[in-house]
Amino acid sequence: MTNQSPILAVADLSVDLGGRSILRDVSFDLYPGQLCALIGENGAGKTTLLRTLLGLITQRAGTVLIGAAPAREHRELVGYVPQKINFDPDLPLRTRDLVRLGLDGQRLGLPFFNGRTRHVVDQALQAVGAEDFADQRVGELSGGQQQRAVIAHALVRKPRLLILDEPLANLDFGSANALVDLLGRLIVQQQMTVLVTAHDMNPLIPVMDRLVYLVDGRAATGTVAEVVQAEVLSKLYGYPVSVLHHGGRILVLPDAPENADVANMNRCAGHGV
Amino acid sequence: MFAFLSSQPVQTALIVGSCAALVSALIGVFTVLRGNAFAGHALADVSSAGGAASFLWGISPLLGFLGMAWIAAFGMEFLGVRKARERDLATGIVLGAGLGLSALFLYLDVTTTSTTGAAVSVMFGSLFAISQGLIWPAILAVLAVFLLVGLFYRPLILTAVDPDLATLRGVSPRWMGLLQLLVLGLAVAVCALAIGAVLATALLIGPAGAAIRLSRRPAQAIFWAMMIALTAVWSGIWMAYESYYWFSGNAWPVSFFVVVLIFLFYLLAMFGSSWQHKYRRRGITSLRRLQEP
Ligand SMILES: Nc1ncnc2c1ncn2[C@@H]1O[C@H](COP(=O)(O)OP(=O)(O)O)[C@@H](O)[C@H]1O
Ligand SMILES: [Mg+2]
Repeated sequence: MTNQSPILAVADLSVDLGGRSILRDVSFDLYPGQLCALIGENGAGKTTLLRTLLGLITQRAGTVLIGAAPAREHRELVGYVPQKINFDPDLPLRTRDLVRLGLDGQRLGLPFFNGRTRHVVDQALQAVGAEDFADQRVGELSGGQQQRAVIAHALVRKPRLLILDEPLANLDFGSANALVDLLGRLIVQQQMTVLVTAHDMNPLIPVMDRLVYLVDGRAATGTVAEVVQAEVLSKLYGYPVSVLHHGGRILVLPDAPENADVANMNRCAGHGV
Repeated sequence: MFAFLSSQPVQTALIVGSCAALVSALIGVFTVLRGNAFAGHALADVSSAGGAASFLWGISPLLGFLGMAWIAAFGMEFLGVRKARERDLATGIVLGAGLGLSALFLYLDVTTTSTTGAAVSVMFGSLFAISQGLIWPAILAVLAVFLLVGLFYRPLILTAVDPDLATLRGVSPRWMGLLQLLVLGLAVAVCALAIGAVLATALLIGPAGAAIRLSRRPAQAIFWAMMIALTAVWSGIWMAYESYYWFSGNAWPVSFFVVVLIFLFYLLAMFGSSWQHKYRRRGITSLRRLQEP
């Protein structure tokens, strides 16, 4: 694996938004065929990091290389599934149309029927198990189905790197498991590389090769065993935390009050919490 | 019927009215898709200032409406606008300023020219009074809109679905937004000419709003919007013509009939789509499978 070149190389990335520093010196590499989880609480900077990788936000410092070239030049290698798209229930757009836009949405002229295009769209629908609702309006689908539709939109050009923002956030337990299975299958069957964010790492642990743990814009990178340790995470959080293992699940908790950052506790008390 | 079709004003009304129906249906679908209905309404209202000015300066009313709609469009873009709330704010401010100008020009029309009824025809249209010389400019405007929308059909839809996804496909949402305002201005000008600046919204939003509820594909929505708009405009023209006999020599305005018909179509579509939803929720999906093997 190490003799391959990384498909995504992020080095010393710093991003400011609205005059505030959101990401600081984030570095990690992602190799072909890996699934990398980007873990962090709400507001940690996960979405900002993904949008920077995609060239939707410009960084203050640092570099992003996709397939060894600057990110903007290699967008066709990347498929992106945003956290939430609000599809109006009345939007006259079938799942199949949304997927086709992923293939030729940038083209000029009218989208005439084309057997080859239809075949490619059908393949993408099949890959995510969306055949059943291919001819339904996107806005009428359930959250999980909409997500599959958007994944098919991202997959239809056969990208090498698939980036998903909190795909598990709004799913019930069963759908979440089905989605994790799907990601695993994409890696094996389509030789894809996957970068996925989540605020809870547990559902992804069975499939993840690496993780980037993001706290307040700073990151620790490595395998689960390397990163999810009390010592590493305490340094990242800036106060002592414990890592609890229970039934194959991992819990990261701040240490008991007497050990915790007293100033922090006082601040909470001051807000009447 | 022969008398109806052979009348010169009726012919002009049918041609210009059809232009307005087709262009508003097409642009209306994109406007509703992007949630831009308020901006469309504002552009139409503000274009009345241009219409009023055209009486004052003796230029073509189509150019007047168009010029003012474009000025307003770029004003909104300039003042604007990332978030929806800011967009509404910028739109409202431009709307207010534009209507103020309109008030001034209409006042000057009345006091300095011999034009009577300028206010009514600018605001509410007078389809039977349109000069024949406006037929070709209206057709050209419609062709320009169809060409541009046909060319940028997919990028426009992709941008309406989600600007980020569009950016990732190499489509610039900002340019698409400008293009949208440009063609919206053209559509508004033709509609304002036909049924008046204030009522143009009805033609722009009504058929599109109704069609979208009934369609599963963008092209289908555009088709139904065109059918609804054409039906409303043609029937409206016929009813206005006939109303001369209904109300013993007092013909009612075309715009009134057009707007009422559009409203009825919209109500029908609303009931139609809620019936469709109920039908679906009862889980008769197997029935649909049978219909679509
Ligand atoms: N456009 C913006 N301007 C200023 N601050 C922003 C902007 N977008 C996000 N932020 C801030 O950046 C931080 C990280 O946000 P985000 O990347 O969305 O976090 P996450 O996806 O991990 O929940 C948050 O504190 C958020 O308030
Ligand atoms: Mg986020």
